[in-house]
Amino acid sequence: MTAATPAAPRPSTGPIALAVVRARSWKVPIALSVFALGAVVLFIGFAAKGRTDFRFSQSSDFFRIPDLTVAAGPVAVVLAIVAVVMAAASWAIVVRGRRVHPWFTAVFAAVFMAGFLTWAAAGEQLPFTALLLGAVTLSVPLVFGALGGVIGERAGVVNVAIEGQLLGGAFCSALVASATGSMTLGLVAAAVAGVLVSFILAAFAIKYLVDQVIVGVVINVLVTGLTNFGYTSILSADPEHLNRRMTLPNLPIPLLSDIPIIGPVLFDHTIIVYIAYVAVAAVWFGLFHTRWGLRVRAVGEHPQAADTVGIDVNRTRFWNVSLAGAIAGLGGAFFTLGSVGIFTEQMTAGQGYIALAAVIFGRWDPIRATLAALLFGFATNLQNILGIIGSPVPSEFLLMLPYVVTIFAVAGLVGKSRAPAADGKPYVK
Amino acid sequence: MKLELRGITKRFGSLTANDRISLTVEPGEIHCLLGENGAGKSTLMNVLYGLYQADEGEILLDDVVQHFSGPGDAMKAGIGMVHQHFMLIPVFTVAENVMLGHEQTRGLGRLDLPAARARVREISARFGFDVDPDAVVEHLPVGVQQRVEIIKALSRDAKVLVFDEPTAVLTPQETDELMDVMRRLKEQGTGIVFITHKLREVREVADRITVIRLGKVVGEASPTAGNTELASLMVGRAVELTVHKEPAQPVDSGLTVNGLTVLDAAGAKVVNDVSFEVRGGEILAIAGVQGNGQTELTEALLGLQAKVEGSIELDGVELAGRSVRQVLDAGVGFVPEDRNEDGLVGEFSIAENLMLDRSSGAPFVRGGNVQTKALNAFAEEKLKEFDVRAASIQTPVGRLSGGNQQKVVLARELSRELRLFVAAQPTRGLDVGSIEFVHKRIVAARDAGVPVIVVSTELDEVAALADRIAVMYRGGIVGIVPGDTPRDVLGLMMAGEHHTSEGEAA
Amino acid sequence: MSQAQETAAPQPAAPRPDAGKTGATSRGQEVLREIMGGGVVISVLAVLLAFIVGAVLIAVTDPDVQKVSAYFFARPSDTFQAIWHAVGGAYQSLFQGAIYDTARPDFASGIQPLMNTLSVSTPLIFGGLGIALGFRIGLFNIGGQGQILIGGAVAGWLAWSFPMPFPLGLIVAILGGIAGGAVWAGLVGWLKAQTGAHEVIVTIMLNYIAFYLISFLLRTPGALQAKGSNNPKSPAIPTGAQLPALLGTRYAVTWAFVLAVAAVVVYWWLMNRSSLGFRFRAVGENPNAARTAGIGVDRMYIYGMAIAGGFVGLAGVNQVLATNTGGFSSGFDAGIGFNAITVALLGRSRPLGVLIAGLLFGALQSGGYLMQAANGIPVDIVLIVQSLIVLFIAAPPLVRAIFGLPKPGVAPRRARRALAKEAKA
Repeated sequence: MTAATPAAPRPSTGPIALAVVRARSWKVPIALSVFALGAVVLFIGFAAKGRTDFRFSQSSDFFRIPDLTVAAGPVAVVLAIVAVVMAAASWAIVVRGRRVHPWFTAVFAAVFMAGFLTWAAAGEQLPFTALLLGAVTLSVPLVFGALGGVIGERAGVVNVAIEGQLLGGAFCSALVASATGSMTLGLVAAAVAGVLVSFILAAFAIKYLVDQVIVGVVINVLVTGLTNFGYTSILSADPEHLNRRMTLPNLPIPLLSDIPIIGPVLFDHTIIVYIAYVAVAAVWFGLFHTRWGLRVRAVGEHPQAADTVGIDVNRTRFWNVSLAGAIAGLGGAFFTLGSVGIFTEQMTAGQGYIALAAVIFGRWDPIRATLAALLFGFATNLQNILGIIGSPVPSEFLLMLPYVVTIFAVAGLVGKSRAPAADGKPYVK
Repeated sequence: MKLELRGITKRFGSLTANDRISLTVEPGEIHCLLGENGAGKSTLMNVLYGLYQADEGEILLDDVVQHFSGPGDAMKAGIGMVHQHFMLIPVFTVAENVMLGHEQTRGLGRLDLPAARARVREISARFGFDVDPDAVVEHLPVGVQQRVEIIKALSRDAKVLVFDEPTAVLTPQETDELMDVMRRLKEQGTGIVFITHKLREVREVADRITVIRLGKVVGEASPTAGNTELASLMVGRAVELTVHKEPAQPVDSGLTVNGLTVLDAAGAKVVNDVSFEVRGGEILAIAGVQGNGQTELTEALLGLQAKVEGSIELDGVELAGRSVRQVLDAGVGFVPEDRNEDGLVGEFSIAENLMLDRSSGAPFVRGGNVQTKALNAFAEEKLKEFDVRAASIQTPVGRLSGGNQQKVVLARELSRELRLFVAAQPTRGLDVGSIEFVHKRIVAARDAGVPVIVVSTELDEVAALADRIAVMYRGGIVGIVPGDTPRDVLGLMMAGEHHTSEGEAA
Repeated sequence: MSQAQETAAPQPAAPRPDAGKTGATSRGQEVLREIMGGGVVISVLAVLLAFIVGAVLIAVTDPDVQKVSAYFFARPSDTFQAIWHAVGGAYQSLFQGAIYDTARPDFASGIQPLMNTLSVSTPLIFGGLGIALGFRIGLFNIGGQGQILIGGAVAGWLAWSFPMPFPLGLIVAILGGIAGGAVWAGLVGWLKAQTGAHEVIVTIMLNYIAFYLISFLLRTPGALQAKGSNNPKSPAIPTGAQLPALLGTRYAVTWAFVLAVAAVVVYWWLMNRSSLGFRFRAVGENPNAARTAGIGVDRMYIYGMAIAGGFVGLAGVNQVLATNTGGFSSGFDAGIGFNAITVALLGRSRPLGVLIAGLLFGALQSGGYLMQAANGIPVDIVLIVQSLIVLFIAAPPLVRAIFGLPKPGVAPRRARRALAKEAKA
């Protein structure tokens, strides 16, 4: 804490050496302690009885990994104690003025989760592979939506219309695939629908300078109205030709799909899921390593500066919002062609808003946002599976988890997030 | 390359910002564009740079008429600009900023950062800049950021460089260095347009001077012209640069600040162990280059800063740690440096703005109800007293000119019973008439026995108002000196050179 | 960073001629321009435009229109007739379902639809006021759903847990509902004040949390679930706590509507006359200036959200104590939280505007059901028309362009503000 001596003249080009008092962040220790306390209350207070049977393999697997059966009570207690010790350690780390390494937090999360699963599935079999597989599957539309959100917001347009883009994509993919018999065309139609929704957002946000959040919310209402209307008056009138049950086939990737656990979880999916993998990588690479990304980020951070180097801000925004719509729209096809095969009213059920949460939780970064989407998918699927085997935690609380986590995230408890500086601000010369 | 502007006219609605302006810049020449705030200099340059389209007139480069539909065209034609507010993306690196808009790519469409880095290094070497291409711009001091702006323009092979008020954010020493850079550019054959309203700088580097006022060219002057001549050209009449005031009659009581330290959100000491006192009936001017802690200091006085250590005693009452409400109630009047951002609610009427800092309790609120009649009567009275030119007290403040807006702020702050008056950059962006009015009011407050603090980055203003001057540099007070301290001494202090002074020795 | 010494947009040194300075002669012209260019005309045209789009949707999905348009070029008149029939019939049903049913035998039963509209409008007005208050203070409250659910649940729980004679039970339940909504929304204000958490995200998240919380409580015996029932449904509301019918039981409208009108008056007083409202508006227009003027901005966010939540909570009260008196399940918010946003936007956050917008959207909804029953047009058309109205109203230049109206002298407020911001930057 040495104060800079203002008296000493320094060369003017040198960096300004203001004395910095290192701000210690107590957020991590506090958060870990809350979870550790939860572990103690649940795992020890409501001690589990019986054994937990983790099943890793399915009967069809090429390699088989033996099941792991543990005594639920003692194991959960041990893990709770480990969690408490780690939480205490995090306090010690911060007291010494150092930061808690993200890996430390990750290990803590793994310990907590292992303890939770052991405790919650006591006396039952826990299909571990199915748990992860479901998490990946459920997160796919969230990943598409989040990518759409990331691109839009990086370009400076808040994309609350993800929900509408997903829903529009779902509707059009079902309609076009049924009408033409081609699921490929269905996928294309989904992307086009997303773009059309984006056009409304772009027109009102960029040209007419309407508050972007307002436009987004209203668009979601509009698309809900349109798809409900279309469903009742068009699709339902002739479901055989306009809303036929069509699902994309699984395309297991040779060799990779035979790896135990990882294979079925990651490499035995429909084309939409593989598109999602590619999209995440492409958006990440594009945003941070290409001319396109540099310009998108410039426009979202400081549009005036971008303008002065000859970048057409509003055109860049317009096309990137459209691209965002195409990606999110494609995610809409997952609801129809990728899973149930037909369109039903409001089938996206607010997933677009969760995707928006993933964008913020993921700090406007495509990789982090994808991880956030996976976390949310995992929470949902955990609820599904615990619901089947009978869980001591009410399913509603697991369903709440993504939303609670997001509130913690925006409240800055999970790390500071910084939106693109010009996010949500229209650009007027 | 020769640049010529012929009869440029630019209108915004009913307002003519540029009226048939013509000027020529030869290669290897520094052409100064001198004018007051609001004279239309920046508008003209934005026309030149393709950001605005001229309504009439043409731009010629080497006698060929140009049509710029955007900055991209202007850059391609060889015009570069160093903006007053740097046009840099804060979160990008220097190299990324320099390449933005004309990126080179390698395989797979990847950005060719090595090439951009090499370009930055090469140009830096040419001018002796020390700029790390991989530094993130927001972490660089302003002086270096300005160099990045220059590199950015030169990396596009600019033949004509426009500097728009480049010295506003620099210390006098940094300013001198910039002048050297300009001279070097000139030697290499670059034509330079140097926009400023500071006479000293003009006379130092200009080869030619064009003065504009109210959007029109009012004359050309030679660099040898005297200050008074240039100033009267710029303002249109003889200017009295000093305010008439009687010697100060300080009393004993007043404000005592002791060991005041302010931390920003990141924990940096933006105000560092500052101590001073202001007695009733005197004006303490706080001078310094923009961004050396003056803003945070005044905000801390008002209770707007979160992390404050030290003591602020007003007539024996401790103000540190109090809320803004309590500070105002203790009798502090405050004119914020950005009146639109912090001083006024643009959509509110003049009357509503006049009750802004007395929004609960007497005299304008009784029983939770706003006393509209009392407020309107008060507003009518103040409108006259402060000569606010407006249609009525119901006119939204956002529709007034800057000078009238500032009068509304003053009317509000000066009509409470004050024990301390703090005015930050009270005349920024105002026309000369309003400046005189504001200065008179500030002096009147002093003469009424109120301790007054005036924060200003303009040495002219400091010299005109101050009874004593405190100079801030990097969060600390370098020294407190008498009001008649010569400029060169102040300039050195603004660059951080210590000055043993009577003020501190006492 | 340095401040604007010379801004990008011109800042004339001389005092700018003010709009009103032109003198009394042009006063009339100004008023005319204000009406033509400003709010009222744009609002009316936006509604008209939305109805036209609705008509197009009705026409293209109408089976009869589709049939006769097959030979459009042979006999175009058939197509136009079919369109007229479809659209006209639909909008006639809309009117009959919303205002007055000419098919009924007497006036008393003829105005039943209007009474129905008033009843449907009631929660929209409550909700709209809450959202509008948020807008005025610069907060975007998308959490209407959660605030309705919590407010309504608290009101209901008080009603059946502490049975009291009328009107005591009712008053307690109403106050509880207001408090429930206020706490749930106040939490958002508190989070924003404490951590800067963006209210849009937090309110969306709290909607889901409220929904799952109420769902859980509704299936948990001893919480909100009706005794001896296995359904996720609450007990019925005792009559001592029900909002009684206003004009007899043949009409749907209850005393809640009177309460809604009273709420509009309270809102008017709060925003236009009270010192608290002055501070709310100051914070909404310019939080920095408000803070500098000694207004506790953080505290205003908390108060503002809490009061807004109280208004929205009244919508929940209406749902539980007037609409679903037989007991509620977890979806009793009926989308009012989102519809209220459109009400506030259409009403431009002004008290009278919210009242009118609430009545309009109430009419659309109650007419929409008849339209669905009588003409087979999905009631969702109402959602479409409603959202289109809001979009059009938000973009006056678009409406002006479509109807070929002249540009008003002054740029739209938002654009002007954006311009000012840029100039400052």
